[in-house]
Amino acid sequence: MTTESGADSEAKQPQANKEAEKGKTKAAADPASPQKQPEQLPAAVGHSTPTRKDQEQEEDQESHRSSTSRLSKSPLRGVKKVKMMQCKITLLDGTDYTVNVEKRAKGHVLFDKVCEHLNLLEKDYFGVTYRDVENQKNWLDPSKELKKQIRTGPWNFAFNVKFYPPDPSQLSEDITRYYLCLQLRDDVVSGRLPCSFATHTLLGSYTVQSELGDYDLEEMGSDYVSEIRFAPNQTKELEEKVMELHKTYKGMTPAEAEIHFLENAKKLSMYGVDLHHAKLVGNLYESLAPAEGEDSEGVEIMLGVCSSGLLIYRDRLRINRFAWPKILKISYKRNNFYIKIRPGEFEQFESTIGFKLPNHRASKRLWKVCVEHHTFFRLVSPEAPPKKFLSLGSKFRYSGRTQAQTRRASAQIARPAPLFERTSSKRYNMSRSLDGAPITENHETPVKDGTGDGVPKVLAHEDIITTVTTERKAEEEKEEQEEVQKAATETPEATEMTPLRHDTKDSEPPPEVVKHQTNISELKRSFLETGSGSGGPGQTEWEKRLSSSPLRSPRADESPMIEPLELQDANDEQPTEEETKQVVGSKDTVAAGYLVKYVPDSIVTEGATSSGPHGISLSTTMDDDVFINGTLREEAEGKSHEEEEVSDRSDVKVSPGAVRQEVSQAISDKKGTLIIFKQPENKENTQDEGTSEKKSLPAPIELETDETEKETEAPAAVKGQTSVVEMLSPTVEIKTGDTAQIKNIDSPKKAMASWISEEKVEVSQVIGVFTKKVEELKTLDEVQQKAEGIQSKQLESSLTHITVSEASAASLAVSTFGWVSPSQKASADQDEKPVITENEAEPVTSKVPDGVDVPSKDVPVVHTETKTITYESAEVDTNGDADAGVLLSAQTITSETTSTTTTTHITKTVKGGISETRIEKRIVITGDADIDHDEALAQAIKEAKEQHPDMSVTKVVVHKETEITPEEGED
Amino acid sequence: MANMCPYGRFTHAVVRGIPETFGKTAGDSHENGEVTVDQAKAQRQFGCLTGALRQKVGLQLIEIPPDPELPESWRIEDVAVIQGDTALITRPFKQQRRSEVDAVRRVMSELNLTIVEMGDELGDSGGATLEGSDVLFTGREFFVGISSHTNRRGAEVLADTFRDFAVSTVPVCGGARLKDFCSMGGPDTIIISNSDGAKKTLRVRMMEQLTDHHYEVLTVPEESAANCIYIKGPSKRDFLLHRPAEECPDSISAFQKLPDYTPLPTACSEASKLGASLSSFCLLINRKHTYF
Repeated sequence: MTTESGADSEAKQPQANKEAEKGKTKAAADPASPQKQPEQLPAAVGHSTPTRKDQEQEEDQESHRSSTSRLSKSPLRGVKKVKMMQCKITLLDGTDYTVNVEKRAKGHVLFDKVCEHLNLLEKDYFGVTYRDVENQKNWLDPSKELKKQIRTGPWNFAFNVKFYPPDPSQLSEDITRYYLCLQLRDDVVSGRLPCSFATHTLLGSYTVQSELGDYDLEEMGSDYVSEIRFAPNQTKELEEKVMELHKTYKGMTPAEAEIHFLENAKKLSMYGVDLHHAKLVGNLYESLAPAEGEDSEGVEIMLGVCSSGLLIYRDRLRINRFAWPKILKISYKRNNFYIKIRPGEFEQFESTIGFKLPNHRASKRLWKVCVEHHTFFRLVSPEAPPKKFLSLGSKFRYSGRTQAQTRRASAQIARPAPLFERTSSKRYNMSRSLDGAPITENHETPVKDGTGDGVPKVLAHEDIITTVTTERKAEEEKEEQEEVQKAATETPEATEMTPLRHDTKDSEPPPEVVKHQTNISELKRSFLETGSGSGGPGQTEWEKRLSSSPLRSPRADESPMIEPLELQDANDEQPTEEETKQVVGSKDTVAAGYLVKYVPDSIVTEGATSSGPHGISLSTTMDDDVFINGTLREEAEGKSHEEEEVSDRSDVKVSPGAVRQEVSQAISDKKGTLIIFKQPENKENTQDEGTSEKKSLPAPIELETDETEKETEAPAAVKGQTSVVEMLSPTVEIKTGDTAQIKNIDSPKKAMASWISEEKVEVSQVIGVFTKKVEELKTLDEVQQKAEGIQSKQLESSLTHITVSEASAASLAVSTFGWVSPSQKASADQDEKPVITENEAEPVTSKVPDGVDVPSKDVPVVHTETKTITYESAEVDTNGDADAGVLLSAQTITSETTSTTTTTHITKTVKGGISETRIEKRIVITGDADIDHDEALAQAIKEAKEQHPDMSVTKVVVHKETEITPEEGED
Repeated sequence: MANMCPYGRFTHAVVRGIPETFGKTAGDSHENGEVTVDQAKAQRQFGCLTGALRQKVGLQLIEIPPDPELPESWRIEDVAVIQGDTALITRPFKQQRRSEVDAVRRVMSELNLTIVEMGDELGDSGGATLEGSDVLFTGREFFVGISSHTNRRGAEVLADTFRDFAVSTVPVCGGARLKDFCSMGGPDTIIISNSDGAKKTLRVRMMEQLTDHHYEVLTVPEESAANCIYIKGPSKRDFLLHRPAEECPDSISAFQKLPDYTPLPTACSEASKLGASLSSFCLLINRKHTYF
């Protein structure tokens, strides 16, 4: 693909470009995955080139395609004749853009075409929506085929802002801000974004300035704004005030006016808040407080998802707010939506709050929106979706770039500011042609110039991309491996599984996925659009919003889509009995110089997911596994992550935004390093286990020598795993991936195989071990058995209702397992490391059993099991403890994905003339049964090693927290 | 947004004098007539307060003459909530206080504020009640205490009036009012008393849960000390009117932590017997407000 970019710049052969694009698209089939960035970037660049646009048009005509494009490679096309579908996309300026895409194309193809048409490079903030059967707006899933998302009706879409940047001034390009402005204007006019009169005036005046420029008496006269809409209920007074203000803006450029517009709009309390109707479940006066003495059960509220977290409104009043760091887990089951909250200052236990949504689809849609927002705004990189074919629960993950990534990428945009025509809100709508061609052309011009000259620019992009790419590729490879493994694995598993599960699994992937997508944006859309629809004229803006919500919509549950979902539920419930649990794992990998002090820190506690009240837990888990934030980790260990979390929670200083910035900065500073770390996070494995024993084997398994560590987590029982991998590198420098990794691949498979053979043991362990795989396997078995024992105990413990989940920090068994590179400095290579493992591992296992206890039982509905296992190389420890050295720098970076949170702590010290870089990575994997924690951990370790070949793993701490859900079905 | 700027910039203060009927109808329900207040002393204290606002801080002071028919009319804070150029005329809990708003409304309109009537919107039957002593505006958002005097409907009206801002509700138990234990101490500083109720109600709910913003919290040991008046006057200096050492001996040191402030100890002992405090006496307005 790289080549292609070059080609683009040089030649304008449309076809070539096309091919390139398609290649990209296909390659990118894993939509947002950064892995493909190398390809993507060129694509982005390509967008700007005129050539491409030409191509598009050509494509539309289809004639071209037949010959050239097919040759190109798209698997889709190659196979047989391609069926094209005409898509109509309503753009933010109200015009429609029509484009043809293959029927089987994935969502991102359409999205990319639109962005190309709009000449938009910073496209990660945007998305394409469509209406589902219920007329709810949904976000088009870029990774899924269009035809599976648009089940019925014409292929009509809308282009919208999906993630409202908290600070629009950080957007790189004016054109991006322009589109954001268009969205916000519509938000304001529709009433979705309520404003005071003064704000309407102010925003309106900037809109006028942006569209009309300076006031000109002769040209404009005295009534020049009445055709522009500023507010839901526009009055003459408002227009006069707008004009009055507008006349003061002499010389303000459109771009400046838009910046002013955004600077004011972003402060509005409902800016970027995606509202969802819900009802309170249970009487939760303490946290939700409708009013004193009032029963909160059934109170209608609105849940607002935004960049900072989840807001809860009752009518117009905010009654609570849960920042992302405060939320341990998000899940949904049927039409219930749950958030597990980290205990507050005066609370001892975490709590789970339930909300009832109008229907299953609404709850799923809300869940997805939460997953996406959390990933986009809080994580450094997205987490990979679960890969199993037969997994229970939703595979949905946000696959696009995160804000941190998109900022990084957009910082590299080097093209000259594109020229674009600002169409105005209402007036031009009618006259606009459907295709919006003029706009395009304008855009292109500048672009062309850029491209022509700009080979260097392109390069810049590539660079960026490349970085990312490496990571991605590594990930991909791993993923592939995993998949293979899984494929193998799954079959056996399936057999083991109860029939119920099978059903679930089977049904889910295709239908559910589709559904997910369908549901996602419905609410948003509904808000946006609904206003007038259901609400009468007399309604307040807020009411309109409400009215749009599914609750009020008549059809709520009727749609066919729902049925399948329910099926799932049913299935889920049955599994519940089995009680699968979500596993949350945190893994931290730290590459450290010599000193490893923090090892103790590594103990991480994870919030276990709350299982559904009944047996449903499985379903909940599966579908819902969302993420656990760094918070979890903190609690358990606190220290390593302190920085971040502190900022978030403890009100210290740092606002979430700041954190993000830090993260991004950190990233930019040390691209290679950080990236590396990220990868581990992304990987999650699904674990499916036998039903009855569900909680079996949490025990970690580690064996091996240096580089590879594997940890096994009990699939069912274990909900949270935290592992910390520390790598010591003699050298400060971190090198990226080496061959050693490849070796790992094999090992995991073996591990899997072994696992499979064990069958009902139900222990899923994925371990990538480099050289000494065999040894590992042995160890694993031992460990597993022990683990099983433990788990069985846990199983006995009773379940609680979802609402009240208390996590008890159970016993922690800490074993240290360390890989230390023999030679601290020279031993950059993989194989060299001593094997410390087995001996250590054994002790660990023994400890594990002890650890299983459920401490807190006041309201104990949910028992949590926490286990911590530390693997540490003896050598390392000693070193670490011995000399403190001089701290040169310390850096903490946190990234989160839906199911994984990774915190990377990089410390540079000089001790005794030797500089050490120590990297501590804490990875929290949260998830349900469908995540194979072990595998995820193994991969994380593997990745970390690969990426820091010159460093060795000193210590791995695995901390697992499991909720034990017995079968009591209550509810 | 248009109205958002750091808290504390004010140009005008509206106050209402102490009537001779001061204390006749006791301030807050539970205390009632048993409390003996010194009306003359109250007037002196009122004079000190207004003097400080005018001469030290440099605000333009608008004093509405007292009305003997309205013994509580000096608690002018309750009858209007002003933000930017909008004044929400509230609907006090007590029927007998509702006519207090008339004079205030006139002043607001003379100041060219946009007036929003709470009574009008919901009608008397709407049941919305709201008093300014339950409203904490931080410059970025509103917190409304749901108390014995302010109900949720009232808070909704406020939210509808000031749409730019998040309006969060905070349950306030007993006969207390939100501003009994908190007030603004700077653009990003909230002064909160250390009492258990305040801690639980405010610190947790407000600081940790409800807000997106980060506020510094200045904790004072005495509840009476938590109600202050912070103003960044025309001179750009930071003024803090707080209770004097005689009234809150343990909290003075806390105020001294505020750097570069000009502390203005202001006695308020008589009004506090009636459940009022410093902020009860005035409505602060920024008429210099312009779009930025």
